[in-house]
Amino acid sequence: MIPFNFDYYKPNTLTDAINLYTELDSMGKSPIYYGGGTEFISMARVHNVHTKAVIDIKGIPECNIHVLKNTKLTIGSAITLTNIAIKNHFPLLSRTVKRIADHTIQDKITLGGNLAGTIIYKESLLPLMVANANIVLEGINGSRTVPIMDVFCKEMNISKEELIVQVIIDERYLNLPSLHVKRTKNEKIDYPLITLVALVDQGKINIAFSGLSDFPFRTKLLEDILNDESFSKDERIKKFINNIPYKILDDLAGSSEYRKFMLNVMLNETLENLQEAL
Amino acid sequence: MLKISGNTTLVLNINGEDREIIAKPSDTLLYTLRNQLGLTGAKPGCENGDCGACTVLVDDWPIKSCLMLTVEALGKKITTIEGLNNIPIQKAFIENWGFQCGYCTSGFIMVCHSLSIHHPDADEHTIEEWLQSNLCRCTSYQEIRDAINSILK
Repeated sequence: MIPFNFDYYKPNTLTDAINLYTELDSMGKSPIYYGGGTEFISMARVHNVHTKAVIDIKGIPECNIHVLKNTKLTIGSAITLTNIAIKNHFPLLSRTVKRIADHTIQDKITLGGNLAGTIIYKESLLPLMVANANIVLEGINGSRTVPIMDVFCKEMNISKEELIVQVIIDERYLNLPSLHVKRTKNEKIDYPLITLVALVDQGKINIAFSGLSDFPFRTKLLEDILNDESFSKDERIKKFINNIPYKILDDLAGSSEYRKFMLNVMLNETLENLQEAL
Repeated sequence: MLKISGNTTLVLNINGEDREIIAKPSDTLLYTLRNQLGLTGAKPGCENGDCGACTVLVDDWPIKSCLMLTVEALGKKITTIEGLNNIPIQKAFIENWGFQCGYCTSGFIMVCHSLSIHHPDADEHTIEEWLQSNLCRCTSYQEIRDAINSILK
């Protein structure tokens, strides 16, 4: 039960959504864009989020696109994780979203919600990072399409009124050799201790992580180390772990030392599994 | 553009009938079903999307009604446990002893019913994937699995 009241809006166009956000924001209503609502409702119930206006984006056609056309896969931000898994245009993304929360919740969580939420893991971002996806944003100054890596760098770098409309993935990435590995503390359904997503492109591994730091990341520095065949597998893995440029999480799910140990195991698994594709 | 503010009269399609209710935007579907319509088969458990006791079907897909606003249900087909009438999975739960205290049962039956609609030939992996959405603190998991297996092809 949500312990406060708010107004509910369901615009039919991007322009209406952006104008509405701007207007409600200027009125001090702290509006939020609403996709699946799973995070919003669970956080609102315990007073961890507050708003006087919710803007449901599920009525906007551009946010509901899910099509492979002209060598591009376009997925709207209102598309649910279940829908992504069923259509399965991008098997690596499908495998990843099928391990977010549980099957029933996947019927409600949207791609945009998983990317824009405040929960740090954002696992659906990982396949998009390794596939060099672009993201389409709509704001007060119109639409812009930018590399997803530019938007999600430690934190989400967009204006507060900007709305995630779609992600676009080049078709050539969709069926490249890939791997998804998720380790949790205990239960299969849980936030990740570490989730690793890797994809082999032109003989090199693109790799991204969630749960290792307090934001998902992919770095060229680490990929260069992993792909440097002048070193042995063990040397590369050791160097990789010693050069992680961010603070490794140290929390109840696992100490930073345990995460390093698990990362070692997962990187071994990655190199073994993707060996044939390299 | 749809705008709803404060208590508003709305029409929801529940179990094949259009039902008039009064809800405000912050009301979750779970409490509208229970308090406005007396459909108490959907149970409040964790109210955090973890336990699945509140599961209903929205356009035949399982949804945890504690994590859905009532206003989101406009234009959707909602099915609750009260809308199922002696369907095979209900009989299968009885025959396989698929419950003990019964609190989680309606949620499990809704998930199993949806699974039988979408995957009538589901394999063990798919069954496990779907059933992992719900918790049974009496741990009737094996009996529930036996029940769903007994009605799938």
